[in-house]
Order: sequence, then structure tokens, then C-alpha cells
Amino acid sequence: MTTAVSTLEIRNLHVSVETEEGPREILRGVDLTVRKGETHAIMGPNGSGKSTLSYSIAGHPKYTVTNGSITLDGEDVLTMGVDARARAGIFLAMQYPVEIPGVSVSNFLRSSATAVRGEAPKLRTWVKEVKASMEALEMDPAFAERGVNEGFSGGEKKRHEILQMALLKPKIAVLDETDSGLDVDALRIVSGGIEAVRAKGETGILLITHYTRILRYIKPEFVHVMAAGRIVDSGGPELAAVLEDGGYDRYVKGGGAAVSLGGGAAAVAPAGAGAAS
Amino acid sequence: MAVIDATGRPPAAAGAVPRPVRSRDPQDHDVPTGREEAWRFTPLRRLRGLPTGPEADGLVTVTVTAPDGVAVERLDAADARIGRVLIPADRIAAFATARAGGATAVTIPAEASLSEPVIVRLHGEGPQGAAGAASAAGVAYGHLVIEAGPFSSATVVLDHTGSATYAGNVEVYVGHGASLTVISLQDWDAGTVHLGAHAFSVGRDAKLRSFTVTLGGELVRLNPTVDYRGPGGDAELNGVFFTDAGQHQEHRLLVTHQARSCRSRVTYKGALRGESAHAVWIGDVLIGADAVDTDTYELNRNLVLTDGARADSVPNLEILTGEVVGAGHASATGRFDDEALFYLQSRGIPPTEARRLVVHGFFAEVIDRIDIPELRDRIMTSVAARLGESELAEAIAEAEAAEAAEAAEAAEAAEAAEAAEAAEAAGAAAGAGAGAGAGAGA
Repeated sequence: MTTAVSTLEIRNLHVSVETEEGPREILRGVDLTVRKGETHAIMGPNGSGKSTLSYSIAGHPKYTVTNGSITLDGEDVLTMGVDARARAGIFLAMQYPVEIPGVSVSNFLRSSATAVRGEAPKLRTWVKEVKASMEALEMDPAFAERGVNEGFSGGEKKRHEILQMALLKPKIAVLDETDSGLDVDALRIVSGGIEAVRAKGETGILLITHYTRILRYIKPEFVHVMAAGRIVDSGGPELAAVLEDGGYDRYVKGGGAAVSLGGGAAAVAPAGAGAAS
Repeated sequence: MAVIDATGRPPAAAGAVPRPVRSRDPQDHDVPTGREEAWRFTPLRRLRGLPTGPEADGLVTVTVTAPDGVAVERLDAADARIGRVLIPADRIAAFATARAGGATAVTIPAEASLSEPVIVRLHGEGPQGAAGAASAAGVAYGHLVIEAGPFSSATVVLDHTGSATYAGNVEVYVGHGASLTVISLQDWDAGTVHLGAHAFSVGRDAKLRSFTVTLGGELVRLNPTVDYRGPGGDAELNGVFFTDAGQHQEHRLLVTHQARSCRSRVTYKGALRGESAHAVWIGDVLIGADAVDTDTYELNRNLVLTDGARADSVPNLEILTGEVVGAGHASATGRFDDEALFYLQSRGIPPTEARRLVVHGFFAEVIDRIDIPELRDRIMTSVAARLGESELAEAIAEAEAAEAAEAAEAAEAAEAAEAAEAAEAAGAAAGAGAGAGAGAGA
């Protein structure tokens, strides 16, 4: 691997959270490689550690990395603060975006674009850029003057997340259950927004989802199954179809051990990892 | 009867809202000891002797800028217009009026609709006399009378700056059907002590919007009060304060609903930062037995930015009639929302900037209601300055200024080109004329 392709590498990642009964390990050795232009879906039952993985990548202080590494283009992500990670090119679309009363969407977007790009975007081009991105996501222009996530519907929150992804142009975007809580129309619009970013080929996407529904709109090259804090199976899009039919039962009952689904699918991610190192 | 109480406390029993002695004679009021309910939060030792009513030895100059038609007068102490709204409820307020030796009156005529605000500048001239700058600012007293005539519409700004030890009263009468906005900005220099009774009386079907913005000063203690002179009155009392290390800022409000079908809304938001920053908010609302159809809600939110700061927030609601539209209060004091800070940082915004945005947003709800953009900017800039330099905001402002300069240059160039063209055309015409003239003369 010599070409300068943006690559997020997660190696043997162990993550704990503090509970009343002491620290509890949620991720137990996750290995994953996501390159620019690739789309990976991570699927798994509730409590398997999907959200923990996404928050750990973004650096949420609630999660403690006890072992392993995350690097972006060889740079150690774990030593970076939350904001530095974003400026390095990591983006997390949150499952439950937070309300920030009184901070307008337009002020927020301009502040974050200024921070991530390292300079304030030119006002004239910026206004056009925001307008075009909002139109693509079928967002009312009046939206820009509302408080961040304040009184937004579920669909509006998710569109707002994808709008930010489109404007911030990350190297790696982690989409944490972006499909949850969306009706069919909203899912179509949000998926369209993700596809638009994907089509540019400049962003590696890690799509975290509980359901296969969104995979009808976005076809990942790689599908991973997460259970009990590990990636227990990896494959191509066909793995999603298997999950759609069979659900997660086999993974959950199997105590987290990988179960071969045939088709040589399990070899995909490890092979990718090997090529990256 | 709809009693909403976000604090989870039942409405206070009869007598919970204090009924102080009301008199213009300072001697009718006891010297506060600090044990009284009204004084228990106030550091009396820092009042520089104001409860004893020392002779004035300082100066707060009053300058009024008003649009045409507004009467600005100096009233002498015996003038009947003093004390129509405000009857002092404590000793310092009584001294303020007694020692002020009259009042400055601003009268907006009936049915006038002012397009420009009336600006009342109250400037503390700082330490006076031989003691010089080392001594505390001299004592000054003041009294303002503001009257909005029936069906008038106006905005009055009280802009407190400089350095003083000031006991200043303000009484405001909003005439029937009038709409008045009063903005009192306490933008004092450090080292100022300011106590004041701000009494508002709202006429029949009149609307009052009040903003109390307390930023500077060492100790500021204000008592805004509202009563109603007829049904249909509407009072909005908004407040913003930023209490820094060592500052004591106290706002004690009393809204008395004794007329029927009146409305009141109280919204005070404060941020506190630094060692010994102390903010006190008391919100008393009294709904009298005859005040049926009353609609009232009061809210205080405090954002404690650091350790060592203290916010006291006490809403009191006393209801003597069951037939109200709504009567509620809410009070909450909290720290930064960590999830909001994480969200902002996950978009590349550094932690200090994230905190600044959250504070900005917290205050915006109230400050954005102020209709004067320059004042809004001044308040937000003052708040921002207290939070330290903002690299992001500066980068954006610089880029915008550069773009604006560029655009202006381009416009200028275009204008110059146009002017040159026009001049050329004019020159050509003049030349032709001269030629014709010459021809005719020949």
C-alpha cells in the first residue's frame, strides 16, 4: 500500500464505559479498515456495540479505549481531541443529534466549515454551496435560521446531519443509524444525500444500521456483522440479503463466534486489512 | 385553574410574597440587618453605607437624547408627578428619591409613535474630590420619571456606564393603550455599586416590554416591580445578566396582578463565571382576589460556567383567585450540556468556541427580542468579550470584511469608470456646444 488513499484503520479496539458496577467492556477487539471511496455497512443486533464503535471513533468522552488503535492515514486518532478528529477528516452523523438552543443552523454550519477547512469560506460561494446542498436534501431555506436541532422532527435532524456531511466533506463519515426513525420519503431523501457524497468518491463511509432497509438505497461494497463487541462476519452485499432473511439469531446464539455464511464472504475484510498494513 | 409549576413546588401560601412598608420617608424604613427576607442575599457591607443615606459626593450625569415631540424636563422635589408609580419599599429607594432632589422626566405625548428610541445616558463620573482615583466612586442619587401617553408607542433606553455608588429610582407609567419598551442596560465599570427600584405601572390595554441587562459593576441590585391600572395590561419582563468573578448581581421582581385579564411574562437568563460570582433572582408574583383571568408565567435559567460561582433563584407565586388562565413558574440552574459541547466539537469546533456558541445561544432567546440592532450587538459583544477571544468568529469577520472591502473596491471602480464615461460624454457635449457657439459667433 503506497498510494495516498485516506484510510481509517481500527485494530484490536477494546472500549469500556463506566457503569455503577465499574467499567464494562463493550468493544472486545474490533478490526476494520475503511478507505476513501469505500462504503461499509456494519449491522448487528441491539447492544452489539455499533454505537459505541461510532462514538469511540469520534472521541466521545464517555467511552474509554483500553486497548487497540485507531489511525487515519497513519496518524493516531486516539490522541486527538474530539474537534481535532473532525478537522482531521472524521465525521459522525449522530443517531440522536443534540439541540443547541439559540445557535442558528447557518451560524453553526459556517463556524464548523471555518474550523474544518482552516479558513472562513468566502461568503458568496458559501451561501450558494449551502443553498444547493439544502435543495438537494429538500430542506426549506428558512431552516437555516432555526436553532440547531431545536424542535426538528426526526427526519429534519437526519437531513441536517447529512447536510453537514456534504458541506464538511470528510475523509471518513460514520453514519450511526441515520436510517432509524425515518419514514419512506425521508429515507429516500437522506439516502440520496448520502449517495451524492459517496458518488464523489472522496469519502469512506461507515454505515451503521440495525435494519437492511437503507441498503436498498445505498449498496455497500462491504457488509460486516457485529455481535457482542466484535465483528463476527464480513462479506459483500449478499451478506445483507442473508441477514434480511435470517436476522441476527445465529450470531447472537452463537455467543459472538463467527459463523461462515459461505461464498467466501468472511475473507473480504481481513484481506482488506492485510492490504492496508 | 391551571397551575403549572415546573419547579414541582405548590403555589406559595397566602403571605408568601412580602408586603413591605411603602413610604417616601427613609425613616419609615428599618435599616437592613441582613436577616430580612429582602436582604438575606445582599452583602450589606459592600453597599458603601447607602442604607444610612450619606450626602451625595459623587456624580451621575444624566443626558437625554429624544426625538422631536418628546418632553424632557427637570422636575423639582415637590412635583406631583414624582411618586405616582413608585412608592419606595426600602430605605435605599426612599433615600434615592429624597436625596435626588427632584427628577428627570421624559414624557411621550399621547398617540405619538416614535421611530427612534429615547436614549437616557446615566454616566458615573467616578471618584470625586481630593481622595482621587484610589477612593471608591462617590455617592450619587437619581430619580427618573418616564411617562408614555395614551396610545403612544416608544422605546426608552437607560444606558448606565462609568463608575459610581448610585442609588437610582425609575418610575414608568404606560398610559392606556400605549406600547412602551424600556431597556435598562447596566454596563458599569468595575467598582460600581448600583441599587435601584424600577417601578412600572401598566394602564388599561397597555403593553410594556422591559429588558434589564446587567453586565458590569461590582454590586448591582435592582427591584423591578409591575402593577396594572386596568384590565388588559400586558407586561413582558426580560432580563439578562453575566455575573463575573467577585460580582454580585441581584434582580428582585414583583408582579402584582390586581386588575383582571392582565398578562405577565418574566424571562431572566444569567451566566455566572469565576470565584465568588453571585447572582440572585427573586421572582414574586401575586395574583389578587379580583385578578380573575390572569395569565402569568415566570422563568429563570442560570448557566454556571465554572466552579466557585453561585446562583440563587427563588420564584414565589401567590394566588388568591382560582379563576386564572395560567399561572406558572420555572427555575433551573445548570452547567454546560456536555452532549451539546460534544456535538459542536465533533464538527471541528474547538472546546472554547463550543462553549462560547452555547452561551451565545443561551442568551440569544432574550437578546434577540431587543429591536435595536446596535444595542443587541453591543450586549453580545460584551458577553463575548467576557468569554475571551474567538478565533472562529474573528476569522469569519475578517473574511467578511475582506470580501466587503473587495466588493466596495469593485463597486468604486465601476462607479469611477462610469463617472469617467459620463464626464467624457459631458465633455464631448460641451465641446460640441462650444463649437456650435463659436460657429454662431462667426
